[in-house]
Amino acid sequence: MSSWILAITLFAPVLGAILIMLLPPDREKTIKSIAAVFTFISMALSIWVWFAYDRIQGGLQFVQQIPWVADLGVTFALGVDGISIPMLLLTNLIGFSAVYASWRINDRVKEFFSLLLILITGVMGTFLATDLFIFFLFYEVVVIPIYLLVIMFGSSKRVTKEYAGMKLTIYLLIGSAFLLVGLIALFVQSYYILGYPTMDIFELATIDFPLGFQIFVFALMAFGFGTLLSMFPFHAWSPDGYAGAPTAVSMIHAGVLKKIGGYGLIRIGLMILPGGAAYVAPVIAVLALGNVVYAAFICLSQKDLKYIVGYSSVSHMGYVLIGIAALNLISINGAIIMMFAHGVMAALFFAMIGNLYEKSHTRNVDDFGGLAHQMPRLAAGFMIAGLASLGLPGMVNFIGEFTIFIGAFGVYKVLTILAVSGVIFTALYILRTLAAVLFGPRKPEWDHLEDLKGPEMVPLVVLGAAILIGGIAPFTLMDLINLGVGDLVAQLGSLQIGGMF
Amino acid sequence: MPWSLLSVEIALALLGLVLLVLGLVLPEKGRLLMQPLTVIGLLAILILGGTLYAAQYDLFSGNYQVDPFAGFFKLLFLVAGILVILSAGRYLGRFAERVNEFYSLMVFALLGMVVMASAGEMITLYIGLELMTISFYILTAYLLNDKLSAEAGLKYLILGALSSAILLFGISLVYAVTGTTVIAEMAAGFTIEPVMIAGIILILAGFAFKVSLVPFHMWAPDIYQGAPIPVTAFLSVGSKAAAFAALVRVFIIAFPVRAFDWPLLLAVLAAVTIIAGNLIALAQTNVKRLLAYSSIAQAGYIIVGLAAYNIYGIKGVLFYSMLYVFSNLGAFAAATVVEVETGSTDIEAFNGLARRSPMVAAIMTICMLSLAGIPPLAGFVGKFYLFSGAIQSGLLWLAFIGLIMSMVSVYYYLQVARAMYIGTNDDTSAIKPGKAVGAALWICLAGTIFLGLYPGPLSDLAQVAIQIFL
Repeated sequence: MSSWILAITLFAPVLGAILIMLLPPDREKTIKSIAAVFTFISMALSIWVWFAYDRIQGGLQFVQQIPWVADLGVTFALGVDGISIPMLLLTNLIGFSAVYASWRINDRVKEFFSLLLILITGVMGTFLATDLFIFFLFYEVVVIPIYLLVIMFGSSKRVTKEYAGMKLTIYLLIGSAFLLVGLIALFVQSYYILGYPTMDIFELATIDFPLGFQIFVFALMAFGFGTLLSMFPFHAWSPDGYAGAPTAVSMIHAGVLKKIGGYGLIRIGLMILPGGAAYVAPVIAVLALGNVVYAAFICLSQKDLKYIVGYSSVSHMGYVLIGIAALNLISINGAIIMMFAHGVMAALFFAMIGNLYEKSHTRNVDDFGGLAHQMPRLAAGFMIAGLASLGLPGMVNFIGEFTIFIGAFGVYKVLTILAVSGVIFTALYILRTLAAVLFGPRKPEWDHLEDLKGPEMVPLVVLGAAILIGGIAPFTLMDLINLGVGDLVAQLGSLQIGGMF
Repeated sequence: MPWSLLSVEIALALLGLVLLVLGLVLPEKGRLLMQPLTVIGLLAILILGGTLYAAQYDLFSGNYQVDPFAGFFKLLFLVAGILVILSAGRYLGRFAERVNEFYSLMVFALLGMVVMASAGEMITLYIGLELMTISFYILTAYLLNDKLSAEAGLKYLILGALSSAILLFGISLVYAVTGTTVIAEMAAGFTIEPVMIAGIILILAGFAFKVSLVPFHMWAPDIYQGAPIPVTAFLSVGSKAAAFAALVRVFIIAFPVRAFDWPLLLAVLAAVTIIAGNLIALAQTNVKRLLAYSSIAQAGYIIVGLAAYNIYGIKGVLFYSMLYVFSNLGAFAAATVVEVETGSTDIEAFNGLARRSPMVAAIMTICMLSLAGIPPLAGFVGKFYLFSGAIQSGLLWLAFIGLIMSMVSVYYYLQVARAMYIGTNDDTSAIKPGKAVGAALWICLAGTIFLGLYPGPLSDLAQVAIQIFL
C-alpha cells in the first residue's frame, strides 16, 4: 500500500518556496500569504495523520516506498510511527508559527520565506524518512538555509551574526561528518553481512552487528547527534547561534532541529545498535548531567533574554539525554514527550522574545520591568512559556520531566537525584527573569510598545494551546508515543547497561 | 576495420581544422558565429558519442580501446567543452585581443582528452596527453596584453614539460621491465623489482602533476589564477578528468595490486591532498585562486576512489568526475559573469551579487555547496560512493580525514556566499549574464541538483563503464 499523504505533507513547503521564487520581490503580502498557506497545509495534514494513525494496529503506517538508487540499496521511503508523529506535528506547529512570527520582516522577504520553507521541509524529512540515506539527505539540507538566514536576517549583540552563523554551521557539520562516517560504516558492514545493499532503517535493525562495531558506530553517532542536541561539552554553538539568529530560525532551531539529534539517537542509535547504546549509555548520562546542572548555573548569570533561553534549552536537553541513556520504556517515553514539550515551549519563548526585541531593540533583562502593564498578551505568552519551562504541573513539560525521572531513577540513582536539582535552578532563573521583565512598577519609557495583535497572536495561540492541551490531557500524547517506544523496547530486549567500567 | 568507431575522434579533428580555417578567412564580424558553430558541432559529436557508448572494440591490436569506460569520459569531456564554450563568448569579447584560434585550440585539447581516455598503449596515451597539454599552453597565455596570463603560460609550459618528461621516463622504465607499451600486456610481464617500482612511481608522479595532487600541485594556483577563466575552468575539469581516466586504466589493468600495493600510496597522497588543498583554500581572498585550491582538494577526493580499489570506489571516481563537471563549471561560469562585469575575481567583486543577480548568486552557492558535499546536491552522492569504497577497503582513517575536511571546506565556500549575500557594493546595478552563459549556468544547476536527488541513471551508466575492469 502506498500513501501519498506524507509526501504531500513533506513537500508542501517546498512547493510554496518554488512559488515564492517565481514571484517578483515586491509582492510582499502575497509571499507571506503563500508561506502561511503552505505551512498550514502541512500542519493540517500532520494533525490529520495524528488522528488517523491506527493505534490498534500500531507499527509503521502511511508508508510510501519508491526504489531510488539500486546499487546503494536506497529507497525513497517515508513512514510514521508513534515516535515520529509527535515530532512531525511539532515541526509543523512551529513552522506555521514561525511564519507568523516573521510577519514583520520587510526587507528581502522573498529570500527569507523561500529559505524558511526549505528549512521546514528539511526538518520534517528527517522525521518521516525510514531510509538512512534519505534521512541523512534531509539532515544536512537544513544547515545551509540556516546559515544564510542568520547572516542575512540575524542580529549582532554580544557576538556578530556572521560569527554566530558560522559557529553554528561548522559545529553541526563537523558533528555530521563523524555521523556520516558511522553511517557509511554501518552500510558497508550490513552489506557484508547481508550480501546485498540496504539502507532501510527497519531492515538494518534486524541485523545483529558485532558488539565492537556497534560500540564504535554508536559512539560516532552519539558525537554527531549529541552535537546537534547540544550535548555537553559540544553545546557552545547553541546559545550564540540562537542569539544571532532571526526569531523564526531560533524557534525552529531550538524547537525542532535540536530534536533531530534526540530522534536520531533513538531511531537509528538505539534501534540499530542496541548493544553499542547500552555500552555508551553511562557516558551519555554523565555528560547529560553536565548539561542539566552546568547550563542551569550559566543561566543564572545571563542578562540577555535569548542567552537565558539558549542555555536553558541546553539544560533541558540534558533531561532528554538522561531519558535516552536509561534505555527503558518509561524513560524513553519521557524523553520523547520532553522533546515535544521543550520544542513548543522554546519556540513560544523565542517568538515572544523576538517580538519584544523588534519593538524595543533590546533584549537585556535589566532594561525591562513591568511590561505586563503595557503588553498583557505578550506577558501571558512569557508566563506560559516560562512556567512550562520550569515544569509546572498542568503544562506538558511537567509530564516529560516527571516521566524521565521515574524511568531513570531505577537505573541511575545518584545521577537522577542530582539532575532533579536542575528543576530547582530552572525555577530560580526563570522566575527571576519573568519577574524582572514583566512585573514591578510600570516603566514609562516602554509606554510606546504595542501589545500583540493580529498575526502576532498566532504563535501564542498555537503553541500555547499545544502546551496546555498536552499538559492537561497527557494521554493524547502518551498513548501514541508509548506505541512507538513499546516496539522499540521490545527490540532492545533486556540489555545490561554499561560494561565499560 | 570499422572506422565508424573512431567517428568521435575524426569528427573532433575535422571540427578543429574547420574552426582553424574559419578563424583565418572569416571577416571580423563573422567570427562571432564561431561560438555557436562550435557548440553545435560539439553537440552533434556528443550525440554521436552517445550512440557509440556501449561499443566495445580493440583497435590497432589493442593500441586503441573503444569501450564504455572511454565512452563515459568522452561524454564527460564533450559536456564540459560545451559548457565552457557557452560561458566563454562574452569573456573573450571583453578581454581577448582576438578569438581566431581560441575555439579550434579548445577542440584540439578536447581531442587530446578523448585520445587519452581511449588509449590502450602508453605512447598513444602520451600523444593524447601532449596534444591536450600543448593546446593548453597556448590557451593559458591567450590574453596577450595580460602579464599574469603570459606568466601563467610560461610556468605551465616549463612545469608541464618537466612532468611530461617524468611520465615518459617512467614509461620507459616500465617498458624496460615488461618489454611492451600495450597496457593490457604489461601485467603479464610484471615482475617486482626496483626499476619497476621506480617506473610506477614516476608514472604516478607524472599523472599526479596533471591532476594536481599534493605535493605536485604547486603550479596549479598560479596558472589557474593567471589563465583566462574559461581556460581555467576547462583545465580544472577536462584535463583532470582525462588524467584520471588514463590513471585508472593504466594502474588497474597494468599494475597488479598483489605485486605492489600502490593503492596505499594513493591513499596517502589523497589524504595529504585533501588536507593541504582545503587548509590552504581557507586563506584565499581571490575566488579564482580559491577555486584552484578547492579543485586540488577535489582531486584528492577523486583519488580516494582509486585508492579504495573496489567497485564502489571506481564507480565513485567516474560519478564524481561527472558531477564535478557540472558543479565546478557552474561555479566558474558564475565567476566568469562576475569578472566580465567587474573586471576582477577578488572576493570583494562578489559583494552584493545576490541583489545584483539573484540567479547567479544562487547557482554559485549551490554549485560550491555541491563541491563541499552537502546533500541533496550531487557532491554528496559522489562522496558517499567514494567513501563507501574506502571504508569497504578498510581505509577508515581516510574516510574520517576526507569527510571532516569536506566540512572544513564549507567554511571557505560560505565566505564567498557571505560576500554575495550580505556584502555591500557601491554598484548595485543589475547584472545580466547573457543568454549563452545563462544557459551554461542553468545546465550546471540542473545537473548538480538532478544528480544529487536522483543519482540512479548516472550510477547505472558508471556501472556499465566499469565492467571492463571486473
